[in-house]
Amino acid sequence: MFRIFGATLLLSLREIRRHLLRSFLTTLGIIIGVAAVITMVTLGKGVTASVQDQISSLGSNVYIIFPIRNERGNPRPFDQADVDAVANQIAGVEVAAGNVSTSATAFHNGQNWASQVEGVNSEFLKAQSIELTEGRPFTSAEESAGQNVCLIGPKVVEAIFVPGTSPLGEEMRLDSVSCTVVGVLEERGQGGGGSDEDNTVMMPLKTVQRRFTGSDDIQFFVVKYDASYSSSGIQTSLIDLLRERRLLQEGQDNDFNIIDTAQVNQALGAATGALTAMVAVIAGISLLVGGIGIMNIMLVSVTERTREIGIRLAIGALAKEVQLQFLTEAVVLCCLGGLVGIALAFGMSFGLASAIDVPFLFDPMINILSFLFSAVMGIIFGYYPARRASKLDPIEALRHE
Amino acid sequence: MSEIPLIELEGITKTFGSGAAAFQALKGVNAEVSYGDFVAIMGASGSGKSTTMNILGCLDVPTSGIYRFRGTEVQALTRDQRSLLRRRYLGFVFQGFNLLSRTTALENVELPLLYRGENKAQRREAGLKALDMVGLVPWAKHTPAELSGGQQQRVAIARALVTEPDVLLADEPTGNLDSERSVEIMELLTELNRGGITILMVTHEEEMASFAKTIIRFRDGVVERVEQGAGRHAMHDAGMTV
Ligand SMILES: Nc1ncnc2c1ncn2[C@@H]1O[C@H](COP(=O)(O)OP(=O)(O)OP(=O)(O)O)[C@@H](O)[C@H]1O
Ligand SMILES: [Mg+2]
Repeated sequence: MFRIFGATLLLSLREIRRHLLRSFLTTLGIIIGVAAVITMVTLGKGVTASVQDQISSLGSNVYIIFPIRNERGNPRPFDQADVDAVANQIAGVEVAAGNVSTSATAFHNGQNWASQVEGVNSEFLKAQSIELTEGRPFTSAEESAGQNVCLIGPKVVEAIFVPGTSPLGEEMRLDSVSCTVVGVLEERGQGGGGSDEDNTVMMPLKTVQRRFTGSDDIQFFVVKYDASYSSSGIQTSLIDLLRERRLLQEGQDNDFNIIDTAQVNQALGAATGALTAMVAVIAGISLLVGGIGIMNIMLVSVTERTREIGIRLAIGALAKEVQLQFLTEAVVLCCLGGLVGIALAFGMSFGLASAIDVPFLFDPMINILSFLFSAVMGIIFGYYPARRASKLDPIEALRHE
Repeated sequence: MSEIPLIELEGITKTFGSGAAAFQALKGVNAEVSYGDFVAIMGASGSGKSTTMNILGCLDVPTSGIYRFRGTEVQALTRDQRSLLRRRYLGFVFQGFNLLSRTTALENVELPLLYRGENKAQRREAGLKALDMVGLVPWAKHTPAELSGGQQQRVAIARALVTEPDVLLADEPTGNLDSERSVEIMELLTELNRGGITILMVTHEEEMASFAKTIIRFRDGVVERVEQGAGRHAMHDAGMTV
């Protein structure tokens, strides 16, 4: 049986080569199905990884709270008193820290560079888990006095500071405000909103309010809470407190929004799950159609080769040997289709991943599974034609023109 | 010579179709063939020669009657058991050559050995040996399309011989050949018979039948007559009775 299998394999390859175009067209369904599944799974992983990366840049167990419009009118900003109230009055809140930002041109060493200016206190760095590669965070004295000190992002360092020398202690200017560099921020990449978190200069909140925005407003604030507290409990208290402070009446909508990174994570999981299910259905249909194509072409092949089958049976081939031959052919055809699909998926997911700027995460498991699945398709859809070949009557088969 | 004959047919009938369309092609065929015989089966078209050949070759089973091959009752065997019998004892030569196209002469000849589970080297050796018996070694790598009719028939004979069968069955082996080629094939068969292979052959031509030791004449689905053949070129007699 084993020798026959080897010879049968060669025979199958020969038959496929003889009908190269036909074989290719036949396996197209499988090629597309396999390529679609692998590409979607690979890209899905890349997208998930990149979004999760962005979310984790916001920190875990963190809320981001910002004002929005409601029926009373335009968004009303928060102020430091709101942030302090949240920090002091809600159990489970570890840190609450405001942020106000604007853009400015950074000058140093005769060069200039467009950058973002963020007003934050060191609590903000703590809540967002932002580390420094050099220097120190602001002191509370600097924060309360609103001194001209700054932490600079790696992009800014690269753009206007002398390479190889430490920027610590250097003076720089932001628009008309000069400041002293006390620390360098770690590299963080893309932010949640697609902004470049590395092209930023941070100064104490009070400094930015006084020298740049000219008001006590806070654009948004982050809240880091103790993971042992229930997230929904804290959210309820937060909403109650903020509604009270913002004098919202019963029946009026919240004029602020709370983003919960844990919830975003969950929503993302659900979304990718739904996408995966959809792709699975599409791929399933494509593979089913592909399988029927295989079955069809195998039936054609059995009819075309009736005489050959007759000869084989007449010289002593057993029914199961003839069956094996045609089954092998179907499986080989499907496996080749699977391999082409895998190659295609590799190219497509690599290209698409770099086009939409997500990491290319090669998943060996889905590739192996897809290949095995193609082989199984060959067995399922090749079974009936092969059986039909093996059931032929040798005399009639020999008489077949 | 064994006590039991190689082939025994007892009251073989074969009916094709059923009901009103039923047609009885064989109406009680009795015959016996001994080891080493060279039998020519003759008869008018439609008299049941090919039907009998198919039954003898275990490709088909009789509707009723008993067919014993080497003492085994063939009609009681399953399809696969009959395949195994063919594989082991029988060699076939068909009227239309029935070679696999796109496959070289040597590969065609090797084919039966594949189903016997022999390895590549064994297949090659036996295949070349069989091609040598029919004088076609130089054409081993040619496909049927590149061979003449006579050469194709010789490839078919080599394929039938490669398993060293006890019996060679040939249904009109010279039907597609001119008389010169036909005589060549008959001489080859005679030589093989002399080597010990039992041969049963269907032919329409008296000239070809004259090579046989025994002639069985069919008429309307029964054996009409059994004659002693001329046994042309046959060097010695082998026992046979009908
Ligand atoms: N599969 C079949 N179905 C129906 N009738 C058949 C079938 N095979 C053979 N027959 C009939 O049986 C009869 C005998 O056929 P067979 O082929 O044995 O004749 P033959 O002696 O070989 O004739 P020829 O010399 O023309 O080859 C014929 O009348 C033929 O039509
Ligand atoms: Mg006939």
